Amino acid sequence: MGVTRTGRKPPRVGDQPLFRRMLIGIVLVIVALLIVAPLVVIGVEAFSKGWAVYRDTIIHPDTLHAIGLTVFAAIVAVPVNTAFGIAAAWSITKFDFWGRRFLLVVIEIPFSVSPIVAGVAYLFVYGLQGVFGPTLDEYGVKILFAIPGIILASMFVTAPFVARELIPLMQAQGRDLEEAATSLGASGWRTFFSVTLPNIKWALLYGVVLCNARVMGEFGAVSVVSGNIRGQTNTLPLHIELLYHDYQAAGAFAAASILALIAVFTIIAKVALERQGAGRVRRPALVANPAEKTQ
Amino acid sequence: MRRNVLPGLRLSLGVTLFYVGLIVVLPLAALVFKAASLGPEDYWRIVSSSRALASYRVTVLSALGATVFNLFFGLALAWVLTRYRFPGWRIVDAMVDLPFALPTAVAGIALTALFTTNGWFGSILADLGIKVAYTPLGIMIAMCFTSLPFIVRTVQPVLEDLDPALEEAALSLGGSDWEIFRKVILPLLTPALLAGVSLSFARSLGEFGAIIFIAGNQPMSTEITALLVFIRLEEYDYQAAAAIASVLLIAAFVMLALTNWMQSRALRYTVRG
Repeated sequence: MGVTRTGRKPPRVGDQPLFRRMLIGIVLVIVALLIVAPLVVIGVEAFSKGWAVYRDTIIHPDTLHAIGLTVFAAIVAVPVNTAFGIAAAWSITKFDFWGRRFLLVVIEIPFSVSPIVAGVAYLFVYGLQGVFGPTLDEYGVKILFAIPGIILASMFVTAPFVARELIPLMQAQGRDLEEAATSLGASGWRTFFSVTLPNIKWALLYGVVLCNARVMGEFGAVSVVSGNIRGQTNTLPLHIELLYHDYQAAGAFAAASILALIAVFTIIAKVALERQGAGRVRRPALVANPAEKTQ
Repeated sequence: MRRNVLPGLRLSLGVTLFYVGLIVVLPLAALVFKAASLGPEDYWRIVSSSRALASYRVTVLSALGATVFNLFFGLALAWVLTRYRFPGWRIVDAMVDLPFALPTAVAGIALTALFTTNGWFGSILADLGIKVAYTPLGIMIAMCFTSLPFIVRTVQPVLEDLDPALEEAALSLGGSDWEIFRKVILPLLTPALLAGVSLSFARSLGEFGAIIFIAGNQPMSTEITALLVFIRLEEYDYQAAAAIASVLLIAAFVMLALTNWMQSRALRYTVRG
């Protein structure tokens, strides 16, 4: 049927101008309604009561405390997760050991588990009903409904973020360079910092950026373990909920606008890092790689 | 086989196992232990109570609806982004990740603001007699939003790698565009589509933050399973919370197994020697 043949390019399915315009039109409308509109409405609602209300919400001590706690959680959780991601990627891609595949799947678990389940699970470890809770309580150590709980729950939900970027890439790069460096006498750390790291730096940064966004935005898991104490254990996403249910919609959206801004910067950073080649080796390679030998 | 000369296995594997054990395995094991301590009869009574069953129903049905929508829309979006060039396509491509980058609570209040009866979309839909906020439809829309990128991002690389010669050959044999799409392109996309579908469905089953603001949260009608767990906790009914959470955990493991299986199938088509 009416396939346009330009003579230069080979004909491809769906190239008819009418079909193309219609499909682009439909897709753009849905993107505008489903993705762009929520972002716009945050800005509009945040300033719906004027600049003064916006400013007052942001500089309110509770909001500032929530921002501080969110940033603190990220400062602790992101580097720890990064170190774990590097260790996991190094052990899984540079060595063959029994149960390697299984370990990969276990690292991926937090992706499929509901954040609420994660929060509840932590309750049964460190809560008074939990395994260690009563003992910790005797010694006066408070993990749940306190900052350590928030950080632990954030670590759970983001555990795979750095590892899943590094593993497929390091798998694809193989071991030859590291083996050459070691045989020339470089120490393990020297090999890592001068040979491996330069090859994975963009993917590493990519994972760190995504991990950071998730830590700062985590809601479900943190809301179970934090106890929502205003001015004490309220992270920014929890603070938004609090304001929202207090019928301070403009305030909730003002606080939300900060997180929305972080999300936009995350996406800009992501695009910039993708230009450097990060994120190219796709996630599926993490699960199973039929191209690699299984001996 | 060559002997591995690289150093650091002990340290890196030690750190990995310790971290995975402490952060991932220990809490989940504690949850399973707690749920198992109930005994089969009590466990069954809790997880099959009418309120729990109603929550599974609304969660699964909404997740199915959202996944079907994302299947079609995600495929269309991936197609448009790989096949057509139009002004601003790079921005649209970047925007696809917004649902992953935007915190779920923020998405939740934004979608609620849009779809309440005096919101931008809600007021128009209310005139048509459609209520979205505080109904299962609202739950579905929140799920559509949060799981949208999965299908786009799994299908996109496969579409990019599609050999144009296949289509050219089919066209030269006189196939119509629709026929070629259905018989040549779609079979090649199917593994990636299925992998995206299972990821999207799994995410929707566990979603919490984006939904609770828009859902209305009425027991028996708009209460999702994750919320029911949360409510049981607030009532200090820890055993019920553990039991219902374990149902979500089992669902997550089933989806994880399914996703892994489908992704390894998808790889046969995407990884080239």
